[in-house]
Amino acid sequence: MARKKFTKVSSLDPAILSAACVDAFRKLDFRVQVHNPVMFAVELGSIITTGSFLWGLASGAPAEPVAFTGLVSVWLWLTVLFSNFAEAISEGRGKARATSLRQSQAQVTAHRIATPSFTAPSEDVGSGSLMKGDLVLVKTEELIPADGEVVAGAALVNEAAVTGESAPVVREAGGDRSAVTGSTKVIANEIIVRVTASPGEGFLDRMISMVEGARRRKTPNEIALEILLVALTGLFLLVVLNLYPVTVYSSDVTGRGAPASVTVLTALFVCLAPTTIAALLPAIGIAGMDRLFRRNVVALSGRAIEAAGDVNVLLLDKTGTITLGNRKAFACIPAAGVSAEDLAITALHSSLADETPEGKSIVELVAKEHESISLVLPPDSTIIPFSAHSRLSGVDIGGVRYRKGAPDAIIALVSGLGGIVPPDMPGIVERIAGDGGTPLLVSRDEKILGAVQLKDILKPGIRERFFDLRKVGIRTVMITGDNILTATAIAAEAGVDDFYGEAKPEDKLRIIRENQAKGYMVAMTGDGTNDAPALAQADVGVAMNSGTQPAREAANIIDLDSDPTKLLDIVQIGKEILMTRGSLTTFSIANDIAKYFAIIPAVLMVMYPGLGALNIMNLGSPYSAILAAVIFNALIIPLLIPLALTGVKFRPMPAGQLFTYNLVIFGLGGVIAPFIGIKLIDMLISGVFLV
Amino acid sequence: MTGVPATRFRIIDSVEKKIYRFIGTDPSDEQDWRGYAMAMLIFNAIGLAVLLFILLAQGWLFLNPENFPGFSPQLAFNTAVSFVTNTNWQAYSGEATASYLTQTAGLAVQNFLSAATGISVAIAVIRGMTRVETDRLGNFWVDLTRITLYVLVPLALILAIFLISQGVIQNYDPYVAAQALDPAAGVQTIPMGPVASQESIKELGTNGGGFFNANSAHPFENPTPLTNIVEIAAILVIAAALPFTFGRMAGDRRQGFALYAVMVIIFILAFAAIYSTESAGNPLLDGKDISGDYLEGKEVRFGLGPSVLFAMTTTATSCGAVNTMHDSLTPLAGMIPMTLIFLGEIIFGGVGSGFYTMIAFALIAVFIAGLMIGRTPEYLGKKLEAREMKFSLVTILTPNVLILVFAGIALVTEIGLSAIFNPGAHGLSEVMYAFGSMANNNGSAFAGLNAADPFYLVSGGIVMLIGRFVPAVAMLALAGSCAKKKTVPPGIGTLPTYSPMFVIWLIGVIIIVGGLTFFPILAAGPVAEYFIMIGGG
Repeated sequence: MARKKFTKVSSLDPAILSAACVDAFRKLDFRVQVHNPVMFAVELGSIITTGSFLWGLASGAPAEPVAFTGLVSVWLWLTVLFSNFAEAISEGRGKARATSLRQSQAQVTAHRIATPSFTAPSEDVGSGSLMKGDLVLVKTEELIPADGEVVAGAALVNEAAVTGESAPVVREAGGDRSAVTGSTKVIANEIIVRVTASPGEGFLDRMISMVEGARRRKTPNEIALEILLVALTGLFLLVVLNLYPVTVYSSDVTGRGAPASVTVLTALFVCLAPTTIAALLPAIGIAGMDRLFRRNVVALSGRAIEAAGDVNVLLLDKTGTITLGNRKAFACIPAAGVSAEDLAITALHSSLADETPEGKSIVELVAKEHESISLVLPPDSTIIPFSAHSRLSGVDIGGVRYRKGAPDAIIALVSGLGGIVPPDMPGIVERIAGDGGTPLLVSRDEKILGAVQLKDILKPGIRERFFDLRKVGIRTVMITGDNILTATAIAAEAGVDDFYGEAKPEDKLRIIRENQAKGYMVAMTGDGTNDAPALAQADVGVAMNSGTQPAREAANIIDLDSDPTKLLDIVQIGKEILMTRGSLTTFSIANDIAKYFAIIPAVLMVMYPGLGALNIMNLGSPYSAILAAVIFNALIIPLLIPLALTGVKFRPMPAGQLFTYNLVIFGLGGVIAPFIGIKLIDMLISGVFLV
Repeated sequence: MTGVPATRFRIIDSVEKKIYRFIGTDPSDEQDWRGYAMAMLIFNAIGLAVLLFILLAQGWLFLNPENFPGFSPQLAFNTAVSFVTNTNWQAYSGEATASYLTQTAGLAVQNFLSAATGISVAIAVIRGMTRVETDRLGNFWVDLTRITLYVLVPLALILAIFLISQGVIQNYDPYVAAQALDPAAGVQTIPMGPVASQESIKELGTNGGGFFNANSAHPFENPTPLTNIVEIAAILVIAAALPFTFGRMAGDRRQGFALYAVMVIIFILAFAAIYSTESAGNPLLDGKDISGDYLEGKEVRFGLGPSVLFAMTTTATSCGAVNTMHDSLTPLAGMIPMTLIFLGEIIFGGVGSGFYTMIAFALIAVFIAGLMIGRTPEYLGKKLEAREMKFSLVTILTPNVLILVFAGIALVTEIGLSAIFNPGAHGLSEVMYAFGSMANNNGSAFAGLNAADPFYLVSGGIVMLIGRFVPAVAMLALAGSCAKKKTVPPGIGTLPTYSPMFVIWLIGVIIIVGGLTFFPILAAGPVAEYFIMIGGG
């Protein structure tokens, strides 16, 4: 398939990098920085140490080397800038996409009409002045002026502006393909569209604001985490404020040393505050949305992705999600006394002219099993196409009737011709149905030769994905209109946890409510208008872009590729966002242990030389120790930007194991890494500057 | 607490009914968190007022054979707050200041009621965590009455009788004048009093306020090695039982056992640390003509092991009874009780308060751990959101903030410094320990600080009040928020909050929060003192 995704935008694109550098400075503005309270506190700290540095220069008799206060100030500013840079770079990719989306969002002239008729007089207005409920006529080669629903006609529409997919799609009045999106282009025919979105509220507008991050609100989980981070920051502020009296007292009673300076206290505060996670927190959320978007999924709120991480029940349509859209021929079963070859030839003849997917799959099957058989119909053939009324199809070749079709239709046909049903036939038919397949009978004139077994074909890899989902505690529930027998067989083959057969679309709403009442979070996909209530009720509702307007409005996530299997990707990304937050929080807090061992001996050693024993990293001097801790604290932010952007990888394993795994890497790693990092930086500083 | 089989205890049952009739409450009428918190606060305010009155007026009241005058206003405020908040910080010497009326009708009554208050709040918090889609947390008056009548009074009665059998005194006699064996020592006054009745609830309710100044080091409070070990057990019994109560009420005993395991493991680690550091002795005494354990500040009757076990137990729980002078422990050994207090009094902790504070720690641990597995965190099926974070953090950080702020002020102000008897690193420890003890409602002290100094009396009173009631109300609010939520059924994707890994993680979170808050103080206090002692300067 000729699939053109959106042009890949790399974070390392020089344009994005340089824009992010500029933005990093722009975000220093107090009014912007205050949205990230922890980093705002660091910015205030930077101002304080810079003031102390300038005061030291001006007074001429600084209490500590100006090189020290100067370098600490520089690195504190860098800490804030790195944080702003991380946020800017994650927004950068979204902004680049928003720009290209905006370019396609042209002002066009719309032909407004009063009645839904192709001959009605039209009035030309700008697309910006179209209101909900207006009717517009869209002709060939014109852009559709606004989101809407086709009320008359059918047309081929190129939706590349929204989906990146250049192959045109059919949009027609009635049914599940009636929704059209503003700024997409009619390639052939004319349609009348009822506008469903006012200017500025269209799908493209919502998409732009989401990818740009402009309308991004903090999600509930982000708010809860931020409360934790702010509380820790406040606590560490008090710890540092308390350290001052402790050093005043200690230097007083020992008669050695001096109270800790404002630069040292600020440096300690910034090192202890959870700056690593606070700096990367916005980037994690924005990058998560961006990862979804790269898979052609648009989340209409950050909350929806987060909820996806919590889902414990997936409600999946059988057709299109678990199985490929169409059934395929799986086996030919001859009646007693009929050769396999005879049946194959007859089945082939009856299908060669059949354009239905079932017919094509029979040809494929026979061609594969009997390579010698000719796939060309003789020239004197009369084609009998499939009809809903006859429920059979085939071909007459030289007066011989080759037919295939539904069992009762074929039996009626041969009975009418004076034939009899082979005695083993009912058994074969029953067995095929029992296996979840659909039997087709094949006949030549009055003789039934055997059956073709049609089967639902599972999407490749779907069973393994369900297996992975079960490992992380997500239950998959299949819903299908098929009879219970078929549903049971497919459910067993696909490995779903539960299924509902003979279900109507309205049942989805009931199933979702039942599960929610038990406390479960439910996700589903849908495209039809009758899916809309269920999509709205589900905690995560994923609408297919090819679906109807009501379905797209009820959902909180839209899949531009209209691939229901994407639900699994969405769940995974939701989990990855939360995991990245948790892991980096643990890492950030674990880092504090090493920083204490760097800074506290440096501060207290003058008063109590014995505390030099706590300098377990054997750092060069008090000044180099403090500076090394500050530099490590700053550098860890850009080092972790790639992880924040790509997310901690989701691993399908039970919660207990996953927890242990991440705890060892980020908890234990977070304790050890800074000891090594600070020591290395200290060696560098001591070697180069001899401070 | 889900339903006491009242008919089995006809006498207590009838007492219970009379109490409800007297205070005019309908036992089936449950309160929401605001109602519960309000009832708890009103009850404690009344208790505070009554106790204040007794302390101030004891000079004019009966049961005062030694004719002690009333407490000074600051001391009365400090002492009343101290007993109402289950702290039992004692800035007075019991046998030289308090009448029998004060001891029995004032202090001992609060020993019961403050303990019952703590357990009531814990029970309401457990209800909040385990109930589904309701705003009702129970009836404070019913909880308070039942805990007192069915748990505290019977246990205290049994323990008091046992203590009397071991030689603990129980009388209202005037003090006895006795001629010492050594004629040069002259006549000695031996204080008397209703000790056993107060001693038993002092331990059971993790109150810790001794009848005598010497507390459990006094032979009339703690006469034999047997009473020593029984008193240690009594301090632990209720606090250690609450995790199991929690497990039962949650319908999943593993959840309770996990929290119990956290407490036991830290307890054992702390005991190993204090025993090994203290038995290492003091190198300054090496080469002197001294043999055996380092016993300064300890009762020779008990010896080193039982003494440090008592010191640990009393600080792990927020009891504060002592049989050893914590001030006299070697620096690193002395750091252990201090650290146990700084951790927030959760290693068993005060009756009730230790448990609900542990829940707050568990919620923080679950929150971060839950994120690490990619789900909105949940504990017992309750989703943890902004409100839960806010209230758990208030609960955990209130004592820490109080210590940092008030000890900081004390260290740089003349009024704060003037009360320090031992300057140097040890003096810092004394101030930190004092505020740690009061903020966490422990009540034990690193002696060497003039606790009767008006600055410490008043600031201490404020610290004890905030340290007790802010967390209690925050946890009730948290319980109210959780009770309203649906319960998410557990599955394989749910973080197992009973697994050994979670136990280790929770221990880590507790130690990291405490460690990160108090690392500088511990470094400049006991650790610095240790290096001075071993000659590092």
